[in-house]
Amino acid sequence: MESYDLIFKLVFVLVIFGVSLLIAMYSTYAERKVAAFFQDRIGPNRAGPFGLLQPLADGVKMFMKEEIIPSHSDKALFILGPSIAMLTACMTGVVIPWGNSILINGREYMLQITDVNIGILYVFGVVSIGVYGIMIGGWASNNKFSLLGALRASSQMISYELAMGMSIIALVMMTGTLSVREIVESQPGAHWNVFVQPLGFLLFIICAFAETNRTPFDLPECETELVGGYHTEYSSMKLGFYLFAEYINMFISSAVIASLYFGGYNFPFINSLGLSHNAVTILGTVIFFGKIFFFIFFFMWIRWTIPRFRYDQLMRLGWKILIPLSVLNIVLTAVYLLWKYELWNTPPNF
Amino acid sequence: MQSLSGRSKLVSRKEMTLVEKLYLPAILGGLFITFKHFFRKKATINYPEVSRRFSAVYRGQHVLKRDEQGRENCTACGLCAVACPAEAITMTAAERKPGEEHLYREEKYASIYEINMLRCIFCGLCEEACPKEAIFLTDRTVESGFKRDGFIYGKDRLVEPMDSSKRIDVSERLTAHRKPNE
Repeated sequence: MESYDLIFKLVFVLVIFGVSLLIAMYSTYAERKVAAFFQDRIGPNRAGPFGLLQPLADGVKMFMKEEIIPSHSDKALFILGPSIAMLTACMTGVVIPWGNSILINGREYMLQITDVNIGILYVFGVVSIGVYGIMIGGWASNNKFSLLGALRASSQMISYELAMGMSIIALVMMTGTLSVREIVESQPGAHWNVFVQPLGFLLFIICAFAETNRTPFDLPECETELVGGYHTEYSSMKLGFYLFAEYINMFISSAVIASLYFGGYNFPFINSLGLSHNAVTILGTVIFFGKIFFFIFFFMWIRWTIPRFRYDQLMRLGWKILIPLSVLNIVLTAVYLLWKYELWNTPPNF
Repeated sequence: MQSLSGRSKLVSRKEMTLVEKLYLPAILGGLFITFKHFFRKKATINYPEVSRRFSAVYRGQHVLKRDEQGRENCTACGLCAVACPAEAITMTAAERKPGEEHLYREEKYASIYEINMLRCIFCGLCEEACPKEAIFLTDRTVESGFKRDGFIYGKDRLVEPMDSSKRIDVSERLTAHRKPNE
Protein backbone atom coordinates (compact mmCIF):
# COMPACT_ATOMS: atom_id res chain seq x y z
CA MET A 1 0.00 0.00 0.00
CA GLU A 2 2.88 2.32 0.78
CA SER A 3 4.26 1.86 -2.72
CA TYR A 4 1.06 3.26 -4.29
CA ASP A 5 1.56 6.48 -2.39
CA LEU A 6 5.18 6.62 -3.36
CA ILE A 7 4.44 6.10 -7.05
CA PHE A 8 1.66 8.68 -6.97
CA LYS A 9 3.92 11.22 -5.26
CA LEU A 10 6.73 10.54 -7.72
CA VAL A 11 4.45 11.00 -10.71
CA PHE A 12 2.88 14.07 -9.14
CA VAL A 13 6.28 15.67 -8.47
CA LEU A 14 7.22 15.15 -12.11
CA VAL A 15 3.87 16.52 -13.28
CA ILE A 16 4.19 19.65 -11.15
CA PHE A 17 7.78 20.13 -12.29
CA GLY A 18 6.76 19.76 -15.92
CA VAL A 19 3.73 21.99 -15.54
CA SER A 20 5.69 24.77 -13.89
CA LEU A 21 8.33 24.62 -16.61
CA LEU A 22 5.65 24.57 -19.32
CA ILE A 23 3.83 27.50 -17.78
CA ALA A 24 7.08 29.44 -17.38
CA MET A 25 7.85 28.69 -21.03
CA TYR A 26 4.51 29.94 -22.21
CA SER A 27 4.72 32.91 -19.84
CA THR A 28 7.52 34.23 -22.04
CA TYR A 29 5.20 33.88 -25.02
CA ALA A 30 2.30 35.40 -23.10
CA GLU A 31 4.52 38.26 -21.95
CA ARG A 32 5.42 39.15 -25.51
CA LYS A 33 1.87 38.72 -26.75
CA VAL A 34 0.35 40.72 -23.87
CA ALA A 35 2.99 43.44 -24.22
CA ALA A 36 2.19 43.67 -27.92
CA PHE A 37 -1.54 43.89 -27.32
CA PHE A 38 -1.10 46.63 -24.75
CA GLN A 39 0.95 48.56 -27.30
CA ASP A 40 -1.55 48.07 -30.14
CA ARG A 41 0.66 45.51 -31.87
CA ILE A 42 0.12 41.82 -32.71
CA GLY A 43 3.23 40.24 -31.24
CA PRO A 44 5.03 37.05 -32.31
CA ASN A 45 2.96 35.31 -34.98
CA ARG A 46 5.46 33.61 -37.29
CA ALA A 47 6.54 30.41 -35.49
CA GLY A 48 3.56 28.10 -35.73
CA PRO A 49 -0.10 29.14 -35.58
CA PHE A 50 -0.39 32.44 -33.66
CA GLY A 51 3.32 32.12 -32.90
CA LEU A 52 2.64 29.29 -30.46
CA LEU A 53 5.98 27.62 -31.20
CA GLN A 54 7.86 30.81 -30.31
CA PRO A 55 9.00 29.54 -26.86
CA LEU A 56 10.48 26.44 -28.53
CA ALA A 57 12.32 28.61 -31.03
CA ASP A 58 13.59 30.80 -28.18
CA GLY A 59 14.70 27.72 -26.26
CA VAL A 60 16.59 26.34 -29.25
CA LYS A 61 18.19 29.75 -29.73
CA MET A 62 19.25 29.86 -26.07
CA PHE A 63 20.86 26.41 -26.29
CA MET A 64 22.60 27.09 -29.61
CA LYS A 65 24.16 30.39 -28.58
CA GLU A 66 27.83 30.59 -27.74
CA GLU A 67 28.46 30.10 -24.07
CA ILE A 68 30.82 32.74 -22.77
CA ILE A 69 32.38 32.60 -19.33
CA PRO A 70 34.38 35.80 -18.92
CA SER A 71 38.06 35.13 -18.20
CA HIS A 72 38.09 37.49 -15.22
CA SER A 73 35.11 35.84 -13.55
CA ASP A 74 35.02 33.28 -10.77
CA LYS A 75 34.06 30.23 -12.81
CA ALA A 76 32.55 28.04 -10.10
CA LEU A 77 30.40 30.84 -8.69
CA PHE A 78 29.53 32.00 -12.20
CA ILE A 79 27.91 28.62 -12.86
CA LEU A 80 26.46 28.34 -9.35
CA GLY A 81 24.49 31.61 -9.64
CA PRO A 82 21.92 30.63 -12.27
CA SER A 83 21.76 27.10 -10.84
CA ILE A 84 20.65 28.41 -7.45
CA ALA A 85 18.16 30.79 -9.06
CA MET A 86 16.61 27.95 -11.05
CA LEU A 87 16.71 25.43 -8.18
CA THR A 88 14.99 27.68 -5.66
CA ALA A 89 12.42 28.73 -8.24
CA CYS A 90 11.50 25.08 -8.85
CA MET A 91 11.48 24.21 -5.14
CA THR A 92 8.79 26.63 -3.99
CA GLY A 93 5.96 24.82 -5.75
CA VAL A 94 6.23 21.88 -3.33
CA VAL A 95 3.91 23.14 -0.58
CA ILE A 96 1.21 24.63 -2.79
CA PRO A 97 -2.04 22.65 -2.80
CA TRP A 98 -2.93 22.36 -6.45
CA GLY A 99 -6.30 20.85 -5.68
CA ASN A 100 -8.26 18.95 -3.08
CA SER A 101 -7.87 15.15 -3.02
CA ILE A 102 -8.60 12.54 -5.66
CA LEU A 103 -10.17 9.18 -4.81
CA ILE A 104 -8.73 6.25 -6.73
CA ASN A 105 -9.95 2.77 -5.71
CA GLY A 106 -11.08 4.10 -2.37
CA ARG A 107 -7.70 5.60 -1.58
CA GLU A 108 -7.36 9.34 -1.14
CA TYR A 109 -4.50 11.08 -2.90
CA MET A 110 -3.75 14.69 -2.02
CA LEU A 111 -3.02 16.96 -4.97
CA GLN A 112 -0.07 18.48 -3.16
CA ILE A 113 3.50 17.29 -3.04
CA THR A 114 3.83 17.71 0.70
CA ASP A 115 1.72 19.44 3.31
CA VAL A 116 4.33 20.61 5.79
CA ASN A 117 2.82 22.43 8.75
CA ILE A 118 5.10 25.44 8.18
CA GLY A 119 4.31 25.70 4.45
CA ILE A 120 4.34 29.48 4.18
CA LEU A 121 7.55 29.71 6.18
CA TYR A 122 9.12 27.18 3.80
CA VAL A 123 8.15 29.31 0.79
CA PHE A 124 9.73 32.36 2.41
CA GLY A 125 12.87 30.45 3.30
CA VAL A 126 13.37 29.12 -0.22
CA VAL A 127 12.56 32.47 -1.82
CA SER A 128 15.14 34.21 0.33
CA ILE A 129 17.76 31.68 -0.76
CA GLY A 130 16.87 32.78 -4.28
CA VAL A 131 18.55 36.12 -3.54
CA TYR A 132 21.85 34.25 -3.38
CA GLY A 133 21.43 33.15 -6.99
CA ILE A 134 21.30 36.76 -8.11
CA MET A 135 23.91 37.98 -5.64
CA ILE A 136 26.43 35.24 -6.48
CA GLY A 137 25.84 35.70 -10.20
CA GLY A 138 26.43 39.44 -9.98
CA TRP A 139 29.50 39.00 -7.79
CA ALA A 140 31.07 36.25 -9.89
CA SER A 141 30.71 38.28 -13.09
CA ASN A 142 33.38 40.67 -11.77
CA ASN A 143 31.70 43.55 -13.55
CA LYS A 144 30.57 46.76 -11.91
CA PHE A 145 27.18 46.80 -13.60
CA SER A 146 26.47 43.22 -12.61
CA LEU A 147 27.53 43.92 -9.05
CA LEU A 148 25.36 47.04 -8.85
CA GLY A 149 22.40 45.11 -10.20
CA ALA A 150 22.99 42.30 -7.72
CA LEU A 151 23.32 44.76 -4.85
CA ARG A 152 20.07 46.42 -5.80
CA ALA A 153 18.35 43.06 -6.12
CA SER A 154 19.48 41.80 -2.75
CA SER A 155 18.74 45.00 -0.82
CA GLN A 156 15.36 45.27 -2.52
CA MET A 157 14.42 41.67 -1.81
CA ILE A 158 15.54 41.84 1.82
CA SER A 159 13.62 45.09 2.38
CA TYR A 160 10.42 43.84 0.86
CA GLU A 161 10.61 40.42 2.45
CA LEU A 162 10.04 42.12 5.83
CA ALA A 163 6.80 43.77 4.80
CA MET A 164 5.72 40.60 3.02
CA GLY A 165 6.33 38.45 6.08
CA MET A 166 4.48 40.89 8.33
CA SER A 167 1.47 41.01 6.01
CA ILE A 168 1.42 37.21 6.25
CA ILE A 169 1.55 37.34 10.06
CA ALA A 170 -1.83 39.06 10.12
CA LEU A 171 -3.20 36.34 7.86
CA VAL A 172 -1.75 33.63 10.07
CA MET A 173 -3.35 35.28 13.10
CA MET A 174 -6.73 35.03 11.39
CA THR A 175 -6.40 31.43 10.26
CA GLY A 176 -4.19 30.12 13.06
CA THR A 177 -2.03 27.95 10.83
CA LEU A 178 1.06 28.13 8.62
CA SER A 179 0.09 25.20 6.43
CA VAL A 180 -0.96 26.40 3.00
CA ARG A 181 -3.60 23.68 2.66
CA GLU A 182 -5.24 24.62 5.93
CA ILE A 183 -5.20 28.30 4.96
CA VAL A 184 -6.90 27.38 1.69
CA GLU A 185 -9.45 25.20 3.48
CA SER A 186 -10.25 28.03 5.92
CA GLN A 187 -11.77 30.04 3.05
CA PRO A 188 -14.55 27.83 1.65
CA GLY A 189 -16.82 29.03 -1.13
CA ALA A 190 -16.30 32.73 -1.60
CA HIS A 191 -15.14 33.49 1.96
CA TRP A 192 -11.79 34.53 0.62
CA ASN A 193 -9.16 36.15 2.77
CA VAL A 194 -8.94 39.13 0.45
CA PHE A 195 -12.27 40.33 1.84
CA VAL A 196 -11.16 40.17 5.46
CA GLN A 197 -7.54 41.20 4.85
CA PRO A 198 -7.70 43.80 2.04
CA LEU A 199 -4.77 45.83 3.38
CA GLY A 200 -2.74 42.68 3.91
CA PHE A 201 -3.48 41.59 0.36
CA LEU A 202 -2.42 44.96 -1.04
CA LEU A 203 0.85 44.84 0.91
CA PHE A 204 1.46 41.24 -0.11
CA ILE A 205 0.90 41.82 -3.81
CA ILE A 206 3.15 44.91 -3.85
CA CYS A 207 5.87 42.90 -2.12
CA ALA A 208 5.30 39.99 -4.50
CA PHE A 209 6.08 42.32 -7.39
CA ALA A 210 9.27 43.40 -5.64
CA GLU A 211 10.27 39.82 -4.78
CA THR A 212 9.93 38.67 -8.38
CA ASN A 213 11.83 41.72 -9.67
CA ARG A 214 8.96 42.73 -11.89
CA THR A 215 8.08 46.25 -12.98
CA PRO A 216 7.75 48.71 -11.22
CA PHE A 217 10.45 47.10 -9.07
CA ASP A 218 12.71 45.80 -11.84
CA LEU A 219 15.70 47.91 -10.83
CA PRO A 220 18.09 44.93 -10.75
CA GLU A 221 17.86 44.68 -14.53
CA CYS A 222 17.38 48.30 -15.35
CA GLU A 223 18.81 48.48 -18.88
CA THR A 224 19.07 52.23 -19.08
CA GLU A 225 21.42 52.45 -16.12
CA LEU A 226 23.02 49.03 -15.70
CA VAL A 227 23.50 47.66 -19.24
CA GLY A 228 21.66 44.47 -18.30
CA GLY A 229 21.80 44.30 -14.53
CA TYR A 230 23.05 41.26 -12.64
CA HIS A 231 23.04 39.10 -15.78
CA THR A 232 25.05 41.47 -17.99
CA GLU A 233 27.87 38.93 -18.46
CA TYR A 234 25.63 35.91 -18.92
CA SER A 235 24.88 34.31 -22.26
CA SER A 236 23.17 31.26 -23.74
CA MET A 237 21.30 28.94 -21.39
CA LYS A 238 22.75 30.40 -18.18
CA LEU A 239 21.03 33.65 -19.07
CA GLY A 240 18.03 31.55 -20.02
CA PHE A 241 18.03 30.05 -16.53
CA TYR A 242 17.89 33.48 -14.91
CA LEU A 243 15.03 34.61 -17.15
CA PHE A 244 13.27 31.29 -16.72
CA ALA A 245 13.63 31.43 -12.95
CA GLU A 246 11.95 34.83 -13.01
CA TYR A 247 8.96 33.41 -14.86
CA ILE A 248 8.71 30.39 -12.57
CA ASN A 249 8.83 32.76 -9.60
CA MET A 250 6.05 34.76 -11.16
CA PHE A 251 3.98 31.59 -11.58
CA ILE A 252 4.64 30.46 -8.01
CA SER A 253 3.90 33.84 -6.48
CA SER A 254 0.67 33.98 -8.48
CA ALA A 255 -0.15 30.57 -7.03
CA VAL A 256 0.69 31.76 -3.51
CA ILE A 257 -1.44 34.89 -3.89
CA ALA A 258 -4.30 32.80 -5.26
CA SER A 259 -4.12 30.29 -2.42
CA LEU A 260 -3.55 32.73 0.45
CA TYR A 261 -5.99 35.45 -0.51
CA PHE A 262 -8.28 34.12 -3.23
CA GLY A 263 -9.35 30.79 -1.83
CA GLY A 264 -7.01 28.54 -3.81
CA TYR A 265 -9.09 25.74 -5.32
CA ASN A 266 -12.27 26.93 -3.58
CA PHE A 267 -14.97 28.56 -5.64
CA PRO A 268 -18.49 29.80 -4.90
CA PHE A 269 -21.35 27.27 -4.91
CA ILE A 270 -18.79 24.50 -4.53
CA ASN A 271 -21.27 22.20 -2.76
CA SER A 272 -24.47 23.04 -4.59
CA LEU A 273 -23.35 21.60 -7.94
CA GLY A 274 -24.09 18.00 -6.97
CA LEU A 275 -20.93 16.64 -8.56
CA SER A 276 -18.81 13.75 -7.37
CA HIS A 277 -15.78 14.39 -5.18
CA ASN A 278 -13.29 13.85 -8.00
CA ALA A 279 -15.18 16.11 -10.41
CA VAL A 280 -15.28 18.89 -7.83
CA THR A 281 -11.55 18.46 -7.24
CA ILE A 282 -10.76 18.69 -10.94
CA LEU A 283 -13.04 21.69 -11.37
CA GLY A 284 -11.37 23.31 -8.34
CA THR A 285 -7.91 22.73 -9.83
CA VAL A 286 -9.00 24.23 -13.13
CA ILE A 287 -10.37 27.27 -11.30
CA PHE A 288 -7.19 27.52 -9.24
CA PHE A 289 -5.17 27.64 -12.45
CA GLY A 290 -7.60 30.21 -13.81
CA LYS A 291 -6.84 32.40 -10.79
CA ILE A 292 -3.10 31.84 -11.27
CA PHE A 293 -3.31 32.82 -14.93
CA PHE A 294 -5.24 35.94 -14.01
CA PHE A 295 -2.47 36.98 -11.64
CA ILE A 296 0.23 36.21 -14.21
CA PHE A 297 -1.73 38.44 -16.59
CA PHE A 298 -1.97 41.03 -13.83
CA PHE A 299 1.83 40.97 -13.41
CA MET A 300 2.19 41.71 -17.12
CA TRP A 301 -0.62 44.23 -17.10
CA ILE A 302 1.13 46.21 -14.33
CA ARG A 303 4.38 46.01 -16.27
CA TRP A 304 2.93 47.98 -19.16
CA THR A 305 1.11 50.46 -16.92
CA ILE A 306 3.50 51.66 -14.23
CA PRO A 307 6.98 53.02 -14.91
CA ARG A 308 10.00 51.92 -12.90
CA PHE A 309 10.70 53.40 -9.46
CA ARG A 310 13.78 55.40 -8.70
CA TYR A 311 16.02 53.61 -6.22
CA ASP A 312 15.39 56.00 -3.30
CA GLN A 313 11.64 55.89 -3.96
CA LEU A 314 11.82 52.10 -3.83
CA MET A 315 13.55 52.11 -0.46
CA ARG A 316 11.24 54.82 0.89
CA LEU A 317 8.18 52.83 -0.15
CA GLY A 318 9.56 49.66 1.39
CA TRP A 319 10.78 50.94 4.74
CA LYS A 320 8.70 54.03 5.44
CA ILE A 321 5.33 53.04 4.04
CA LEU A 322 4.89 49.30 3.63
CA ILE A 323 6.45 48.20 6.92
CA PRO A 324 4.49 50.67 9.12
CA LEU A 325 1.34 49.73 7.22
CA SER A 326 1.95 46.04 7.82
CA VAL A 327 2.48 46.69 11.53
CA LEU A 328 -0.78 48.62 11.53
CA ASN A 329 -2.43 45.69 9.78
CA ILE A 330 -1.19 43.30 12.47
CA VAL A 331 -2.51 45.59 15.24
CA LEU A 332 -5.89 46.00 13.54
CA THR A 333 -6.18 42.25 13.08
CA ALA A 334 -5.27 41.65 16.70
CA VAL A 335 -7.83 44.17 17.91
CA TYR A 336 -10.47 42.58 15.70
CA LEU A 337 -9.70 39.10 16.99
CA LEU A 338 -9.78 40.26 20.58
CA TRP A 339 -13.05 42.12 20.02
CA LYS A 340 -14.56 39.05 18.41
CA TYR A 341 -13.40 36.97 21.38
CA GLU A 342 -14.85 39.41 23.93
CA LEU A 343 -18.12 39.78 22.08
CA TRP A 344 -19.04 36.19 21.26
CA ASN A 345 -16.71 34.47 23.64
CA THR A 346 -15.35 32.43 20.75
CA PRO A 347 -11.73 31.56 21.33
CA PRO A 348 -9.35 32.58 18.56
CA ASN A 349 -8.23 29.47 16.74
CA PHE A 350 -4.68 29.37 18.03
CA MET B 1 2.94 87.18 -20.02
CA GLN B 2 -0.34 86.92 -21.84
CA SER B 3 -0.89 83.77 -23.82
CA LEU B 4 -1.51 84.49 -27.49
CA SER B 5 -2.65 81.03 -28.46
CA GLY B 6 -4.89 80.61 -25.43
CA ARG B 7 -3.69 77.02 -25.14
CA SER B 8 -0.96 77.44 -22.52
CA LYS B 9 -1.54 75.90 -19.12
CA LEU B 10 -0.22 77.15 -15.83
CA VAL B 11 1.77 74.65 -13.81
CA SER B 12 0.05 74.09 -10.51
CA ARG B 13 2.29 73.23 -7.60
CA LYS B 14 -0.40 72.55 -5.05
CA GLU B 15 0.10 69.98 -2.33
CA MET B 16 -1.24 66.55 -3.21
CA THR B 17 -4.33 65.48 -1.33
CA LEU B 18 -4.34 62.27 0.67
CA VAL B 19 -6.13 60.35 -2.08
CA GLU B 20 -3.57 61.54 -4.62
CA LYS B 21 -0.72 60.63 -2.30
CA LEU B 22 -2.01 57.05 -2.09
CA TYR B 23 -1.41 56.72 -5.86
CA LEU B 24 -3.81 53.79 -5.95
CA PRO B 25 -6.64 55.63 -7.79
CA ALA B 26 -4.08 56.86 -10.31
CA ILE B 27 -2.74 53.33 -10.77
CA LEU B 28 -6.27 51.97 -11.25
CA GLY B 29 -6.91 54.69 -13.84
CA GLY B 30 -3.69 53.72 -15.59
CA LEU B 31 -4.66 50.06 -15.56
CA PHE B 32 -7.98 50.96 -17.13
CA ILE B 33 -6.27 52.96 -19.89
CA THR B 34 -3.86 50.15 -20.76
CA PHE B 35 -6.72 47.66 -20.68
CA LYS B 36 -8.60 49.70 -23.27
CA HIS B 37 -5.55 49.47 -25.53
CA PHE B 38 -5.66 45.68 -25.16
CA PHE B 39 -8.83 45.54 -27.27
CA ARG B 40 -8.02 48.32 -29.66
CA LYS B 41 -7.50 47.70 -33.37
CA LYS B 42 -3.87 46.77 -33.96
CA ALA B 43 -1.65 49.01 -36.05
CA THR B 44 0.42 46.13 -37.44
CA ILE B 45 0.34 45.29 -41.14
CA ASN B 46 1.42 41.67 -41.73
CA TYR B 47 3.84 42.72 -44.42
CA PRO B 48 4.57 39.93 -46.85
CA GLU B 49 0.93 38.83 -46.86
CA VAL B 50 -0.61 42.29 -46.68
CA SER B 51 1.05 45.39 -48.01
CA ARG B 52 0.34 48.95 -47.09
CA ARG B 53 -1.70 51.02 -49.55
CA PHE B 54 0.37 53.88 -50.86
CA SER B 55 -0.97 57.37 -50.40
CA ALA B 56 -2.43 59.12 -53.41
CA VAL B 57 0.60 61.38 -53.75
CA TYR B 58 3.19 58.58 -53.73
CA ARG B 59 6.03 59.02 -56.23
CA GLY B 60 7.65 55.76 -57.32
CA GLN B 61 9.16 54.27 -60.46
CA HIS B 62 8.83 56.31 -63.63
CA VAL B 63 6.91 55.42 -66.74
CA LEU B 64 7.21 56.83 -70.27
CA LYS B 65 3.68 57.09 -71.57
CA ARG B 66 2.28 56.35 -75.00
CA ASP B 67 -0.75 58.12 -76.41
CA GLU B 68 -4.10 56.46 -77.23
CA GLN B 69 -2.76 55.10 -80.52
CA GLY B 70 0.28 53.59 -78.86
CA ARG B 71 2.80 56.22 -79.97
CA GLU B 72 5.53 57.41 -77.59
CA ASN B 73 4.85 60.89 -76.23
CA CYS B 74 8.49 61.72 -75.56
CA THR B 75 10.19 64.02 -78.05
CA ALA B 76 13.60 64.02 -76.37
CA CYS B 77 13.44 67.74 -75.64
CA GLY B 78 15.64 67.21 -72.56
CA LEU B 79 13.63 69.44 -70.22
CA CYS B 80 13.34 66.60 -67.72
CA ALA B 81 17.10 66.12 -67.71
CA VAL B 82 17.56 69.86 -67.15
CA ALA B 83 15.01 69.91 -64.36
CA CYS B 84 16.46 66.87 -62.64
CA PRO B 85 18.32 68.00 -59.50
CA ALA B 86 20.04 64.64 -59.14
CA GLU B 87 21.33 64.45 -62.74
CA ALA B 88 19.73 61.06 -63.09
CA ILE B 89 18.28 61.37 -66.60
CA THR B 90 20.20 61.13 -69.88
CA MET B 91 18.88 60.70 -73.40
CA THR B 92 19.85 60.67 -77.06
CA ALA B 93 17.51 62.20 -79.63
CA ALA B 94 16.83 60.71 -83.07
CA GLU B 95 14.74 61.63 -86.07
CA ARG B 96 11.64 59.66 -86.95
CA LYS B 97 12.02 57.73 -90.21
CA PRO B 98 9.13 57.37 -92.66
CA GLY B 99 7.07 54.32 -91.71
CA GLU B 100 7.63 54.84 -87.96
CA GLU B 101 4.63 57.13 -87.48
CA HIS B 102 2.82 54.46 -85.53
CA LEU B 103 5.69 54.35 -82.99
CA TYR B 104 6.50 57.99 -82.29
CA ARG B 105 4.02 60.83 -82.14
CA GLU B 106 6.29 63.62 -83.40
CA GLU B 107 9.27 63.87 -85.75
CA LYS B 108 11.83 63.67 -82.99
CA TYR B 109 12.06 60.94 -80.40
CA ALA B 110 14.44 59.53 -77.80
CA SER B 111 16.45 56.65 -79.14
CA ILE B 112 18.07 56.15 -75.75
CA TYR B 113 16.42 57.27 -72.56
CA GLU B 114 18.03 56.24 -69.27
CA ILE B 115 17.23 57.00 -65.63
CA ASN B 116 19.75 56.05 -62.97
CA MET B 117 17.51 54.85 -60.18
CA LEU B 118 20.34 55.10 -57.64
CA ARG B 119 20.70 58.81 -58.35
CA CYS B 120 17.01 59.57 -58.65
CA ILE B 121 15.48 61.16 -55.57
CA PHE B 122 11.89 60.73 -56.80
CA CYS B 123 11.15 64.43 -56.49
CA GLY B 124 8.87 64.47 -59.50
CA LEU B 125 10.40 67.57 -61.11
CA CYS B 126 10.83 65.69 -64.43
CA GLU B 127 7.13 65.08 -64.47
CA GLU B 128 6.43 68.75 -63.81
CA ALA B 129 8.91 69.86 -66.47
CA CYS B 130 7.60 67.59 -69.21
CA PRO B 131 5.57 69.57 -71.81
CA LYS B 132 4.40 66.41 -73.61
CA GLU B 133 2.81 64.43 -70.74
CA ALA B 134 5.41 61.77 -71.42
CA ILE B 135 7.05 60.99 -68.10
CA PHE B 136 5.17 60.22 -64.90
CA LEU B 137 6.03 58.83 -61.52
CA THR B 138 3.82 55.89 -60.63
CA ASP B 139 2.91 54.09 -57.43
CA ARG B 140 5.24 51.19 -58.26
CA THR B 141 8.44 50.73 -56.24
CA VAL B 142 11.86 50.27 -57.81
CA GLU B 143 12.98 46.72 -57.17
CA SER B 144 15.92 46.30 -54.86
CA GLY B 145 19.04 44.49 -56.00
CA PHE B 146 22.43 43.29 -54.82
CA LYS B 147 24.48 44.96 -57.57
CA ARG B 148 24.70 48.51 -58.83
CA ASP B 149 24.60 47.49 -62.50
CA GLY B 150 20.91 46.86 -62.83
CA PHE B 151 19.77 50.24 -61.63
CA ILE B 152 20.16 52.21 -64.84
CA TYR B 153 16.74 51.76 -66.39
CA GLY B 154 16.59 52.05 -70.17
CA LYS B 155 13.63 52.40 -72.48
CA ASP B 156 12.96 48.68 -72.24
CA ARG B 157 11.88 49.13 -68.62
CA LEU B 158 10.55 52.67 -68.73
CA VAL B 159 8.24 52.80 -71.74
CA GLU B 160 4.86 51.29 -71.11
CA PRO B 161 3.75 48.35 -73.25
CA MET B 162 2.00 49.00 -76.55
CA ASP B 163 -0.81 46.62 -75.66
CA SER B 164 -3.64 48.81 -74.38
CA SER B 165 -4.59 46.27 -71.71
CA LYS B 166 -1.10 46.39 -70.22
CA ARG B 167 -0.82 50.17 -70.00
CA ILE B 168 0.55 51.46 -66.73
CA ASP B 169 -1.82 53.58 -64.70
CA VAL B 170 -0.22 56.72 -63.38
CA SER B 171 -0.84 57.33 -59.72
CA GLU B 172 -4.12 58.74 -58.52
CA ARG B 173 -2.86 62.23 -57.79
CA LEU B 174 -2.51 62.96 -61.52
CA THR B 175 -5.96 61.87 -62.45
CA ALA B 176 -7.38 63.54 -59.37
CA HIS B 177 -5.79 66.96 -59.69
CA ARG B 178 -4.70 67.43 -63.30
CA LYS B 179 -7.04 68.50 -65.98
CA PRO B 180 -6.23 67.28 -69.52
CA ASN B 181 -3.98 69.62 -71.56
CA GLU B 182 -2.97 71.54 -68.47
